[in-house]
Amino acid sequence: MNILVCIKQVPDMESKFKVNAEGCWYDSSDLAWRMNEYDEYAVEQAVQLKEQTGADLTVLCIGPDRVKETMKKALAMGCDRGIHVTDAESFDKDPFAIASIIAKFAEQKSFDMIFTGMQSQDRGSAQVGVLTAEMLGIPSITTIVSFAFDAGQITVQRELEGGVKAMVKAPLPALVTCQLGLNTPRYPTLPNIMKAKKKELVVTPVADLLGVAVLQETLSLYFPEKKGGGVVLEGDSAELADQLIAILKEKTAVLA
Amino acid sequence: MKILLVAECREGRLQANINDLLGFAAKADAESALFLVGTQEELPKFAGTLYLADSSTYGEYNPEIHKQLLLDTIDTVKPDMVIFSHSSYGWDLAPRIAFALKAAQISEVVDFVDGKPIAPVCNAKLRRTVAPKTAVTILTLQAGAFSLAEEPTTTPTVEAISTTATGKIEFSGYQQADIGGVDLSKAQVIVSAGRGIGKPENIAIIEGLAKALKGEYGASRPVVDSEWAEHNRQVGTTGQTVSPKLYVACGISGAIQHLAGMKKSEFIVAINTDKDAPIGEVADVLLIADLKQFVPILTDKILAM
Ligand SMILES: Cc1cc2nc3c(=O)[nH]c(=O)nc-3n(C[C@H](O)[C@H](O)[C@H](O)COP(=O)(O)OP(=O)(O)OC[C@H]3O[C@@H](n4cnc5c(N)ncnc54)[C@H](O)[C@@H]3O)c2cc1C
Repeated sequence: MNILVCIKQVPDMESKFKVNAEGCWYDSSDLAWRMNEYDEYAVEQAVQLKEQTGADLTVLCIGPDRVKETMKKALAMGCDRGIHVTDAESFDKDPFAIASIIAKFAEQKSFDMIFTGMQSQDRGSAQVGVLTAEMLGIPSITTIVSFAFDAGQITVQRELEGGVKAMVKAPLPALVTCQLGLNTPRYPTLPNIMKAKKKELVVTPVADLLGVAVLQETLSLYFPEKKGGGVVLEGDSAELADQLIAILKEKTAVLA
Repeated sequence: MKILLVAECREGRLQANINDLLGFAAKADAESALFLVGTQEELPKFAGTLYLADSSTYGEYNPEIHKQLLLDTIDTVKPDMVIFSHSSYGWDLAPRIAFALKAAQISEVVDFVDGKPIAPVCNAKLRRTVAPKTAVTILTLQAGAFSLAEEPTTTPTVEAISTTATGKIEFSGYQQADIGGVDLSKAQVIVSAGRGIGKPENIAIIEGLAKALKGEYGASRPVVDSEWAEHNRQVGTTGQTVSPKLYVACGISGAIQHLAGMKKSEFIVAINTDKDAPIGEVADVLLIADLKQFVPILTDKILAM
C-alpha cells in the first residue's frame, strides 16, 4: 500500500498579524510557524495506517524553504519520505491551484490512500482535499472523526453539526479530510527526530507540477472593524478581580 | 443576476440554514432558484422554483449522486452563482461542483459588498475581499452571516429531479451525539475552559470559579478532544448551544464554531492573554490576564463576599 499525507505550514494563530506591502496577504516576517492543526491529525492517522499495513508513507508540503521544519516533524512522527514542492508564492495560490499541484504529483504515484486536513487555519477554505480527489477521480470524504481500514475498504465517521456523526464506507483508492479530535497526534521522540534527519526529502520546483492558473484573487486583506462594544481591562490581577466583581454586580444578577 | 441556493435536509428535517441562503439572495438582490435533496413532507417556503430530489431514493449524504443532481439542475437554471451553507453538507459538496464547472469557490463568506465576497482569514483575525475570475462562482456562507428578516410564506413550484448516477461512497446512517450527565443549557452561569488552561490539572481552576458562581463548567473543543473534559461539556457548533445569564470564557480564542454556541449569552466575560483574540468581538468585558494567576484570585474574592 502507498499512502500520501498533505500538510501545510501556518502561522501560530496567537501571532500579531500585519498586512503585507501588497495589501493582499499577511506579512510573513516575525511569525512563529507550525504544522496546520488539522494536518497533525492527518499525519497521525496516516502513520497509524502505515503501522497497521506496513505501507509506504510520503508527506507532501508546498511552500518556501521554511516549510522544511514542519516537514521534519511529520518525518519524525513516522512518514518515510518528504516531497517539498518549493514555492515562495504558495500563499498567493488558490485552492484550485494547490490541489492541481498535489494531483499532478499524485497521479504518477498511484496512491491507495490520501490524507489531508479538513481545512487550513489561515485560509480556511476546506477545499483542497476534495478538489484533489475530484482531479484524481477518486472518492473523498470530509471532516472525519474516526477511521478504520479493513479488506480494501475504509469505514469512517463524518462529524456533523451538533456532534451527530454520519457513518460512511468507501473502497480504496480514496481521500479523507481530517477533523480535530480524530486521534491523538504523537509527539516525536528524540530518537525519531534523529532518524528523521536521515530520511529522504525530495525537492521539486513548483513549476514542474503547476499547469493551471488561479481562479480567484485576493483583492485586499485587512483587519475587521471592531463591532464589539465591550470594555477591555488590563492590569494587576487583584485590582482586575475587584473591577470585574463590581461590573458583575451592576450588570448581572449572578452575584446577588 | 441569477443564483441557485442549495438547501439541506438531515434526518428528514429541512435544515434552518436555508435562512442564511435566503438572506444572501435578498442581500444580493438576485433572482433565485432552490435545490434540495429532501422530502415532499418538509417543503421550504420559497417564492420560486424548487428542484427537489427525493432523499429516500438518493440518501441524505451521497456526495457523488448529489453532485450529479446538482450539476443537472445547474444545467437547467444556468446560475451565475451557486450558494451553499458552510456546513458539513456544504463544504463537502461545493468543491465537487466547483471542480466540475472549473468555477472559483470562496468559502465561509461573511459578507457580500459591491458584488465581491468577503471571507475570514486566520481565525477571523483578518478578512479578505475576493475577486473570482470565472463565469460561475460558488460560495459557502458562514452560519449566521446572512439572515432574512421575514420568513417567506409562499409555497414553491416543485420540479422533481432524478438521476441514474451511482457512486462508490456508501452512507449507512447516523450516530447520535452522546448526551447525558450535565445539562449546560439549564445552567445560569457557565465558566468555560479553553486550550489556554495549558494542562488538564487546570480544569480545577475553572471548576472552582464555576462553583463559586453557582454554575457549571464548560469547555472548548480542544479541551474535550484532549479528554480533559467530557463531550457533554463542549460548547459550540459540534457541541451544545447555550445562553446563560453569564458566560466566562477562560483561555478561549473565540473561533466562529465556539462563538456559535455561546454568543447569545446575556453577559460575556473573556479572560485572555491575547488582546486581539476574536473572543473580544462578543465579550462585554475582556480581561487581559493570565487565567492561571487571575482566576484563583477572582474565585477567592467571590467566595469571600
Ligand atoms: C467543523 C468544526 C466544528 C468545530 N466545533 C467546535 C465546537 O463545537 N466548539 C469549539 O470550541 N470549537 C469547535 N471547533 C474548533 C474551533 O475552530 C477552534 O479550533 C477551537 O474553538 C479553539 O479552542 P480554544 O479557543 O480553546 O483554543 P485556541 O484557539 O488555541 O485558543 C487558546 C486561547 O487561549 C489564550 N491563552 C493562552 N494561554 C493563556 C493564559 N495563560 N491565560 C489566558 N489566556 C490564555 C490564547 O491567547 C488563545 O486565545 C470546530 C472546528 C471545526 C472545523
